[in-house]
Amino acid sequence: MLLVAAGLALAAVPALEPPAFFESLLYLVFHWIALATSWAILSGFSGYFSFGHGAFFGAGMYTTATLAATYGVPFLWTLPAAGAVAALLGVGIGAVVFRVRRLRGELFALLTMAVTFVLATVVLNTWIDGGPGVFLSAVEVPRIVASPASTIYLLGLTVALAAVVAAWAVQRARFGRGLFAIADDEDVAEVLGVPTYRFKLVAFGVSCFLAGVTGGIHALFVIYVTVAETFSITVPLYVVLMSVLGGARHWLGPAIGATFVTLLTFAFVGGEWAVVGRAAIGLTLIAVILFLPEGIMGLTRRRERGRARGFPAIPAGATSPGAPALGIMPGSPRTMLVCRDVRKAFRGVQALAGVDLEVREGEILGLVGPNGSGKSTLINVVSGYYRPEAGRILLDGRDLARESGHRIARLGVARTYQIPRPFSRLTVLDNVALAAMFGPAVLDRAGAEREARRWLEFVGLAERAQALPSELNLHQRKFLELARALAAAPRLVLLDEVLSGLTPAEMADAVALVRRIRDRGATIVFIEHVMRAVLDLTDRAVVLNYGQVIAEGRPRDVMRQPDVVVAYLGKIHA
Amino acid sequence: MPSLTLLGQSLLSGLFIGGLYGLFGLGLSLSWGLLRLINLAHFALIFLGAYLTYHLTTTAGLDPFLALLVIAPTFFVLGVALQAAFARLGVGEFASLLVTFGLTVVIESVIQGIWTADFRRLESPYGTAALRAGPLFLPVTEVLILVAAAVLSVATWAWLRYTYVGKALRAGAEDPAIAAAFGVDHRRLALLLSGLGAAYAGVAGTFVALLYTLAPSQIYAWIGVVFAVVIIGGLGKPLGPLVAGIAIGISEAITMALTAPSWAPLVSFTLLILVLVLRPDRV
Repeated sequence: MLLVAAGLALAAVPALEPPAFFESLLYLVFHWIALATSWAILSGFSGYFSFGHGAFFGAGMYTTATLAATYGVPFLWTLPAAGAVAALLGVGIGAVVFRVRRLRGELFALLTMAVTFVLATVVLNTWIDGGPGVFLSAVEVPRIVASPASTIYLLGLTVALAAVVAAWAVQRARFGRGLFAIADDEDVAEVLGVPTYRFKLVAFGVSCFLAGVTGGIHALFVIYVTVAETFSITVPLYVVLMSVLGGARHWLGPAIGATFVTLLTFAFVGGEWAVVGRAAIGLTLIAVILFLPEGIMGLTRRRERGRARGFPAIPAGATSPGAPALGIMPGSPRTMLVCRDVRKAFRGVQALAGVDLEVREGEILGLVGPNGSGKSTLINVVSGYYRPEAGRILLDGRDLARESGHRIARLGVARTYQIPRPFSRLTVLDNVALAAMFGPAVLDRAGAEREARRWLEFVGLAERAQALPSELNLHQRKFLELARALAAAPRLVLLDEVLSGLTPAEMADAVALVRRIRDRGATIVFIEHVMRAVLDLTDRAVVLNYGQVIAEGRPRDVMRQPDVVVAYLGKIHA
Repeated sequence: MPSLTLLGQSLLSGLFIGGLYGLFGLGLSLSWGLLRLINLAHFALIFLGAYLTYHLTTTAGLDPFLALLVIAPTFFVLGVALQAAFARLGVGEFASLLVTFGLTVVIESVIQGIWTADFRRLESPYGTAALRAGPLFLPVTEVLILVAAAVLSVATWAWLRYTYVGKALRAGAEDPAIAAAFGVDHRRLALLLSGLGAAYAGVAGTFVALLYTLAPSQIYAWIGVVFAVVIIGGLGKPLGPLVAGIAIGISEAITMALTAPSWAPLVSFTLLILVLVLRPDRV
């Protein structure tokens, strides 16, 4: 592996006895590689941009400073402590913050920035620092090699390698795929089975641990630790810049960005030039955000995809009818899903006012009603996006009402969205494979990709496997939604206005596809406004109005009932 | 337990600095609430205004308030240019945070390049003049800040609420497409609002120069407090930053009187964190 070779080569450098400043420079490069890569593990991969990386770095730095200088703990033992303190801090914050749905994007950035200031104030005012800073000149540097400088160099190299390897491992694993999905559309990821809360916490913990250890090592490098220097704007600014420049969604991106920026700043190190250097850093950040948001690694990935697109996707195994069976083949009409008195209100709007309905195994149930009657809300509640205030939702006897979205997905419930919500930065294949990875079957990457290809065949998108969703038209995106919903091999599929926006020819295609899905053994709840499709396709229909079921039965009978007609068309006043 | 006079003076102190926070936050709140742009560069602009005031007063001998008359229109133009660039480049809400972050660093470097990192103190002709109310001192400069903040906040509020342009701006912020269908040109109004915000930054800068010692790194010291003020006051509400600023200013002053001055930042940041976690719909 290239990385191992590079690591060994760099580790050998001290033996060559280079000039001291050279070792220092390389140490700084490693330092920033470690910081930037650790930042990217949470912020780059999951999209939760943290402006508070300095807080965790500082926590680590002060942990080492306090333990080593004040309490005389041997330096090497302080490093895992530094990492642990930083990680605990991060996980503690994340445990509270990640539960709040609104705290994403810019709010998370501001919150983490505020945390940095709070921590700095606390450290400054308490016995940890108290004002004058902490001197580590009396701390003994462990003698691994000849000089102390070389020891610090090697420690820096170790943590940088650890960070890069961690990022590589995360990106390749299911965990990394889940984080990427969270970055694109967290709510969709959750209902596809990604345990978003847990994944974010783990990513945050790993990121903070690495930052803490890096801080611990840096304490010995600078020898004199002060609040002003440690908690300054430099760390948050530079890690964002380095990661975005190199490519925040790639394991090697931040390392490339870190090397580039560190060497560039070094070139500007003296006097007048330092100011120019800072201005250049600011300008680079602006330019990169505006013109190269995916970073340098993003460029290479774009070129790779351009090449791959020329070739049609290789069909994995059989052709169209080869898609696997879903669920159990319909035998006797057993009740699969029961909703009993489900209620959901939004600040005064009672969207669901006591919904009672049943879905029988193997049927296609049509869910109809005028706009605003609560159909989409019901789907959102069943799939776990909203929690109902009252009522029970029993899937084969198990109450879903209090479960989180990803657990409901694992139990075999899948849904599509009226306006398709694919993961915009993942390919068509990756979109579908994600569902297979996190659905009830919990497949590994290779298995998930095979499943994905089969389902893409089934819906007829096999040739566009390497395309990005933005390159598909609406019809294809709807079919992508379907393939993604099905790849998790669900027992219950909730289709939210699948036909909206399609031309009549495309509608016929979609209806045929829905029939084939049922023939494979799935139970389908079909929300639709296109009456012809409801009458043709569904076995039973349920009519919602103002959040309650007002009619239920065979589609033709139901649509003729007077109160249903009134709900749709209004009363005639003579 | 500190004396009544000390507490009273602290309260006044807090009131006045609250006025300054309100002035700082006014431009930021307007651009975040009505333009959906998080303008971190607002702080850099404030300090640019401060340094320019310092420069004009010390080298050209201008009265600081005359300098303000020069700075405010100049900054208005700067604000318009910034918004034009954002609109042209299609910068979204989150990208605006990062881009203005970079812009802040650039402006800070420019400031440091021209005026160096040495501390700069404006010797103001209004220096230590103060009014008296019994045992309490009301420094003239600080009273002026509070008055300026109040006047500008109320004027902006009235403008947004009662004039056609103000209503058009609010409509355009809520739904640009529908507002356009009713004849509202949100792009031009956005330029106007951005210019106004930048002009407010310039005004705030003049007052900073009168009150504080300037150093480029000071730019970042205000970010936390002012964001707390803006979020707690409610985005896009002109009176919000003033009210929230005064509340936070007084809380900080009491904290400083009862404990030590360096604990003061904890108040605003803790409030900010609490608001973000408990009431995130304010944003």
